[in-house]
Amino acid sequence: MTSMSDVLAASGGLPGVLRELQSEIKGYADGFGLDTFPVVFEPVDYRHMCEIAAYDGFPTRYPHWRFGMEYDHMLKSHTYGLSKIYELVINTNPCYAYLLEGNSLVDQKLVMSHVYGHCDFFKNNNFFSHTDRRMIDVMANNASRVRRYMDRHGVSTVESFIDVCLSLDNLIDPWLPFRDKKGRRAPAGQSGMAGPEVEAEDESGRLHNVRGYLEGYINPPEFIAAQRAKKKQQDEIARRKLPPAPDRDVLGFLMQHAPLDAWEADIVGILREESYYFLPQRQTKIMNEGWATYWHSKIMTTKALRDDEIIDYADAASGVTAMGPGQLNPYKIGVELYRYIEERWNRGQFGTDYDSCSSLQERASWDKRLGLGKQKIFEVRRLYNDVTFLDEFFTEDFCRDQKFFTFKENRRTGRLEIEGRSFAKIKAQMLQQLSNFGQPFIYVVDANYLNRGELLLGHRHEGVDLKADYARDTLRSLERVWRRPVSLLTILDDKAKRIRFDGSEISMSDEPQAFRV
Amino acid sequence: MISRIEQDHSRFREIIRGKIRQNLRKYISRGDLIAPKGQGSVTIPMPQINIPRFVFGDNSGQGVGQGEGDAGDPVGGSPKDGQSGSGKAGEGEGHKALEVEVSLEELAEIMGEELGLPNIQRRGTQSLETKKDRYVGLRSSGPESLRSFKATFKRALRRQVAMGTYDPRRPVIVPIREDRRYRSWRTDPRPQSNAVIIYMMDVSGSMGDEQKEMVRIESFWIDTWLRSQYKGLESRFIIHDATARVVEREVFFRTRESGGTMISSAYKVCSELIEAEFNPEQWNIYAFHFSDGDNWSVDDTATCIGLLKNQLLPRLNQFGYGQVESPYGSGQFIKDLRAAFNKHPLLITSEIKTKDDIMDSIREFLKGGR
Repeated sequence: MTSMSDVLAASGGLPGVLRELQSEIKGYADGFGLDTFPVVFEPVDYRHMCEIAAYDGFPTRYPHWRFGMEYDHMLKSHTYGLSKIYELVINTNPCYAYLLEGNSLVDQKLVMSHVYGHCDFFKNNNFFSHTDRRMIDVMANNASRVRRYMDRHGVSTVESFIDVCLSLDNLIDPWLPFRDKKGRRAPAGQSGMAGPEVEAEDESGRLHNVRGYLEGYINPPEFIAAQRAKKKQQDEIARRKLPPAPDRDVLGFLMQHAPLDAWEADIVGILREESYYFLPQRQTKIMNEGWATYWHSKIMTTKALRDDEIIDYADAASGVTAMGPGQLNPYKIGVELYRYIEERWNRGQFGTDYDSCSSLQERASWDKRLGLGKQKIFEVRRLYNDVTFLDEFFTEDFCRDQKFFTFKENRRTGRLEIEGRSFAKIKAQMLQQLSNFGQPFIYVVDANYLNRGELLLGHRHEGVDLKADYARDTLRSLERVWRRPVSLLTILDDKAKRIRFDGSEISMSDEPQAFRV
Repeated sequence: MISRIEQDHSRFREIIRGKIRQNLRKYISRGDLIAPKGQGSVTIPMPQINIPRFVFGDNSGQGVGQGEGDAGDPVGGSPKDGQSGSGKAGEGEGHKALEVEVSLEELAEIMGEELGLPNIQRRGTQSLETKKDRYVGLRSSGPESLRSFKATFKRALRRQVAMGTYDPRRPVIVPIREDRRYRSWRTDPRPQSNAVIIYMMDVSGSMGDEQKEMVRIESFWIDTWLRSQYKGLESRFIIHDATARVVEREVFFRTRESGGTMISSAYKVCSELIEAEFNPEQWNIYAFHFSDGDNWSVDDTATCIGLLKNQLLPRLNQFGYGQVESPYGSGQFIKDLRAAFNKHPLLITSEIKTKDDIMDSIREFLKGGR
């Protein structure tokens, strides 16, 4: 349990060597134009590090068994030497970063440089702009409320409700924070009110008529009246429909409309708040790690490294960007893409002239000596997220240079085999994996489905089915919150289906057509 | 103050305990949980607890990678040959197996709760504790007779190096008063055991590996339970075919002999063992005998019954006879015992047909609480 003052006190007690190191690295970072929050480094031993990592960097978080599980797992992998957490940094102002005690000085230097990269990214990337930089305090307040609920309603009651909410915590709308700056939804239904209230002489059903004397024939009054009545009725239905349009902020919707006790609604709110806070980190994994890697490499190799540290540095740095077979390393892709962009903009390899040039040789030697590279990567780190980053800069040249391939399971041998190196396929697959931070698109469609108060969700199918057993269990969680039967429209094995949980059993039925927005 | 993570960790362990309890039967009937002797805990593998969410289905059959290679080349890290065949390849993601370490005491407790085992009513004197002194460390004062020369000179060397008076070319070390170190001791209470389990097993030709495995598992769990009830429990092992002898634990579980079966030989040895080593006034004595029930002759069975009646049962807390089913044995012995002792409170018989019966058999043996 670390209060703010403890942390600051601890940082004041940062051993002299590390303090000197920090001001040295900070100097280099500033010199390169990195723009960061103040960074507070705190050296911790590995147990403490695992503890903080289990809480996703927030030691003040609410109590829940899964943090204990994560801790158990990390501690074991550390003890058995399977993995090691070098560094941990959180998106707050000031920015807290934890150093692993007992790392060599060159490792600490590398980590500090890396942390300044992250911190610059947190502060400047647009997708982090809506996050609360005092999240440590927010988390602590949330935790004390959760504790109070636990005291009042019992630990296991509250904990099992948190379990239920956790299973829904990916059902949020990534764009909501930008539509509504406070990240809070307008009370539903209000938005729909304004329109139909205006009882002006509307033109519904009236055909265009330039000749006044034909009005009675073209637009007979009784027909117009019927049209108006019909329109009014439709508006009435539309107004009563909840949500007015499919809504991706499922958690927010439940928080407002599910029949929850006050404490339950608060817990839904807490989990939702944390989900939105962590969301940009999931949306910019490649960019964020790539940026930090770019800068630790830049700072270390051009400034901070002493001659006798080069081997240790190279060893650590190559570990960071190592590629496991069959999996993509965000550090590696990220840093390579930034370097590629820098190179291209330095040499002026962009614009219509370059794009339309078809001679490989000419393209390769293209150099206008513009020197815009640095400016460009700073701009990119401000404006892009992983999807747009790859969409724009993952080019065919890059793909070829970096030797990307697609692989597929060989059904006969069960082996994963290289399928090919088709650029279109590789890119499509990567974007597919990244879109909507790797989660399926789920919408609240109707809160009064079949006019029975049932909840209907829709899965916008983008080519990959949902994991069926998980989907069924998630429906159980939803039913617990909604307290009425819940259904999900989805596609399984190319057939439109509706999965329903009525509180006692799961059923599945065919649907005439798939859910679309 | 307990740190937050420890609270969460203990909540997690409670959940794990719940899972172990649910699957206790499965775990008990598996031999691989049995801890080597002297080890206080077992490691139970269980699947990671996942929180269900709407997520994409198994997509691991394809993906994007980076590196050398032509179409058709294997991507490293694909499932090993041994793993294919069962299960889909690479269900890997998020499939971290959880290894849970549970102490034997905890396991015994779970088992006790699950099987509804009563605590054991001891008999005889309460367990006595003796004390034993052990040298465990150093301190800076003490009697000269306990001075540790090595530690004293180490201190002196360290001091001299620090003061700069040490000359490696002329390594003279002179300890002063502050350098002296003396051995210090701690007094550990050592429980004096007053309970003993005597295991007897039939190792005649008809007891196959599978039968022995069942005996092994069952005696492990009985041992675990009784150990949780008595500090410093002793155990003795007797194997027999036509003759019997006292053996080491390892031998007990490994030996396979062939030959006839004379159960009385084991009971005789057991009786002698009690006479020689364990005074029933002071000891809680448990005896368990495992066999396939295929005794040599009716006469021998009669001898056994006589021994039990006159020699063993009067001295024992309980005698357990577990009969494992074997394709060769007639299984007559259990019937004879039941007929002769018709519900004697100290003699408990149990049939173990398959590994699944082990739990019930343990319950049979231990539910009396004696």
